[in-house]
Amino acid sequence: MSNRTSAAISASATLAIILAIYIAGALLPESALRANFSQKGLPPSFEHLFGTDFLGRDMFVRTCKGLSLSLSIGAVASAISAFIALAVGLAAALGSEFVDYAINWFIDVFMSVPHTVLIILISIALSRGAFGMMAGVAVTHWVSLARVIRGEVMQIRSQQYIAASRRFGKSSLWIARHHMLPHLMPQFFVGLILLFPHAILHESGLTFLGFGLPPEQPAVGVILSEAMKYISAGAIWLAVFPGLSLVVLVLLIDTLGHSARRLLAPREAQL
Amino acid sequence: MGITKAIAIYALRGVTLLLAVSILSFTLANLSPINPETRYRLSHPGASDENVSRMREYWGIDEPPVERYLGWLSGILRGDWGTSTSYRQPVLSVIGVRFQASLALMMTAWTFSGLLGYGVGCLMGVFRNRMVDRIARRVCLFMCSVPTFWIGLVFLAVFAAALGWFPFGLAVPPGIPPEQVTVAQRIHHLILPALTLSFLSFANLSLHTREKLIDVYDSDFVLFARARGESDIEILFRHGIRNSVIPALTMQFGSFAELFGGSVFAETIFSYPGLGAAVSAAGSGASDMPLFLGIVLFSACFIFVGNLIANILTHVIDPRTREGAKA
Amino acid sequence: MLEVKNLSLFFRMYDRAFKRQDLKVISNLNIIARPGEIIAVAGSSGSGKSLLAHAILGILPKNAFMSGEMLWQKNPLTIKIQKRLRGKEFALVPQSVTYLDPLMKVGRQVSRSKDTTLNLFRRYQLDESAASLFPHELSGGMARRTLLGAALAGNPKLVIADEPTPGLSQDLAENAMAHLREMANNGAAVLLITHDIDLALRFADRIAVFYAGTTVETANAQDFANESHLRHPYSKALWRAMPQNGFEPAPGTQPYAGALPQGCLYAPRCPFATPLCINAQPESRHLRGGEVSCNHAD
Repeated sequence: MSNRTSAAISASATLAIILAIYIAGALLPESALRANFSQKGLPPSFEHLFGTDFLGRDMFVRTCKGLSLSLSIGAVASAISAFIALAVGLAAALGSEFVDYAINWFIDVFMSVPHTVLIILISIALSRGAFGMMAGVAVTHWVSLARVIRGEVMQIRSQQYIAASRRFGKSSLWIARHHMLPHLMPQFFVGLILLFPHAILHESGLTFLGFGLPPEQPAVGVILSEAMKYISAGAIWLAVFPGLSLVVLVLLIDTLGHSARRLLAPREAQL
Repeated sequence: MGITKAIAIYALRGVTLLLAVSILSFTLANLSPINPETRYRLSHPGASDENVSRMREYWGIDEPPVERYLGWLSGILRGDWGTSTSYRQPVLSVIGVRFQASLALMMTAWTFSGLLGYGVGCLMGVFRNRMVDRIARRVCLFMCSVPTFWIGLVFLAVFAAALGWFPFGLAVPPGIPPEQVTVAQRIHHLILPALTLSFLSFANLSLHTREKLIDVYDSDFVLFARARGESDIEILFRHGIRNSVIPALTMQFGSFAELFGGSVFAETIFSYPGLGAAVSAAGSGASDMPLFLGIVLFSACFIFVGNLIANILTHVIDPRTREGAKA
Repeated sequence: MLEVKNLSLFFRMYDRAFKRQDLKVISNLNIIARPGEIIAVAGSSGSGKSLLAHAILGILPKNAFMSGEMLWQKNPLTIKIQKRLRGKEFALVPQSVTYLDPLMKVGRQVSRSKDTTLNLFRRYQLDESAASLFPHELSGGMARRTLLGAALAGNPKLVIADEPTPGLSQDLAENAMAHLREMANNGAAVLLITHDIDLALRFADRIAVFYAGTTVETANAQDFANESHLRHPYSKALWRAMPQNGFEPAPGTQPYAGALPQGCLYAPRCPFATPLCINAQPESRHLRGGEVSCNHAD
């Protein structure tokens, strides 16, 4: 089995599982989340895999819904973040030295405040809620990908064939489209996927602290923040299983990212 | 480049960074729809117009934003960081008290993750690609994906709720006058939050140290050491530690941002009365903006100091960069 | 005396999908290093000569596997014995300053005992103050002498010098070689690994011609005075390629490890190759006071 085949199998398998989680969460009816006081506070059983909470809601259903929500929010936030990274990386690599310097300085500013604190501040500035949190996560996550893209463009720009195209009278835009984008796209997609886990973890963290999604949403952060109140009462399943599912989802996306890198950008995967 | 010039440039960079952070955070705070007026109206329903206008004057709401910023900044420079609206105390003294508690927590976690992470990293390096290393690396990679807040909850559930080994939170037992709290009690309360906080940086550091050590073991000078009869363990103590401890320390000092960010979660979960818990408290509800902004600036200083030490370690301690002119 | 008989060495590599690939880098190599003598292993760069040194010292990477025989003082050179002799009876003189720990002062790297270090510094005309320098602070000549000092700290019976001269000025190179000669005169067997055939001719007693991971011929240095004294077609081609002998380049290139021919490694380039050569690698045999691995040499 060649390297590429195994990467392709691993990528499609993880992608299938992630999609299944997303669809399961999206398709589960809202009615499954209705309070049922005859079933409240049950530990995990075959009937309720993750147990039930103190309103009698099935924790497995809530977790699925939460993961599904995390995936959609993570997708939007990391997509925005990746586009910021692409724009900033291109500007830094292609602009004048001053632009590059200014961008580096700007990155330093972003890195000089703890991300958690900065996201909270952005979320407050945008009156909390899903939008503020997403903006916060998007704005704080582009730095590493921007650096990768900057490096990649710098490297391509120094290649002989770019100079040759230029001498043949091709415009900068033509060169960017025909020589740069094809090289950048794999990096960009891999970077986008690898941004996902961070975005999801920050989203649930922020929600957990009360600066993200509102409590009526079935988010994992909400579930865990509720669970905290019941831990002293011994209902540890409320915290353990939803969080573990989140970690598993994050690991799955990470695996997908690394398989995608082996498929799309094998050169970098060896580094 | 002369050392004075380097210091001057670094200091200038620090000042511009802090200025930028102050502008950024002040702007963001002023964008917030939860401004002093709405907050005042929320907390004083049915306040008279006269009171509201006095309040607007007190907070300078009718001044242009630039002037307000300059007023705030000059206060900061004079040591007047404003008054916390939730504690009704000067921001600086709130930060002072809370930072002491946070510092104990962060430094415990930092030292713990540093020592253990470095040790495990060395172990993985020495036994690279063997069973011990493979297992430890898997575990570390797993730990890197575990969010601080969840592991905090798990520790709480297992060690406090199920096993009852540790208290549920706070820095001291409730209901005991501060002067009667023993050191043992403080440590007892510190352990779970510190473990929570050290979880992520431990994994990062040990993976980083492993890579460093593998580079060392693959180097020419280790080959020569082997040719001279040194064993793997001798090589670790003679060359491995020497060549990996500075990068490890640099990484630890460079991780103050993650440490502070993690403390927000660890302190919130364990109701630990430090700066991190103050951040989430100041941000929630009616928003204690003076305190929040103060903490933002303070955390930027804290991180700057960490990066400064990291830079000193790489550029001043390392003999290869120490006297760049000579080489 | 060190005897290496039919040494073969390969690396076992696994790619991510667990496909095993064996990469042969040394095949049926023969060499004898005698006390009081400098024997040079000469061959082009990147042909695996250093691995011979590592194999003798027992410091190959874990994925390297060997076959053949190595004898030290007539006894099999086992891993255990290698371990005992490294740094004591066996010494490696490394190529460059990168073989010193960049973060340790050189004095402590030459020897753990201060007295020994100072003695060695005196012997190699190094200033005492150099002991407290870091490797990157040494000049080329100082670095070379430090490496010699570090390598020869004990009283080795076998000295393996791996490319000890590149980057050195003529003076320093001759100086380094003089030190090796001194070691040989004191009764050590010296194995000089080099890509520089001229250097080998000037300072070595015997020369093993290294080609694609094997020694095709071992000749006395004086045999190189005349093409007809040489035994192997490759040595003759090498001789003709030397500037003083007409500068005639040999056609073709050395095969890479992983793409080695089945039979005689030189057969694809050899004008005398016959089906016999293509089918099996020829055994090493004595011929006119030297050794050669060629079916047609006479």
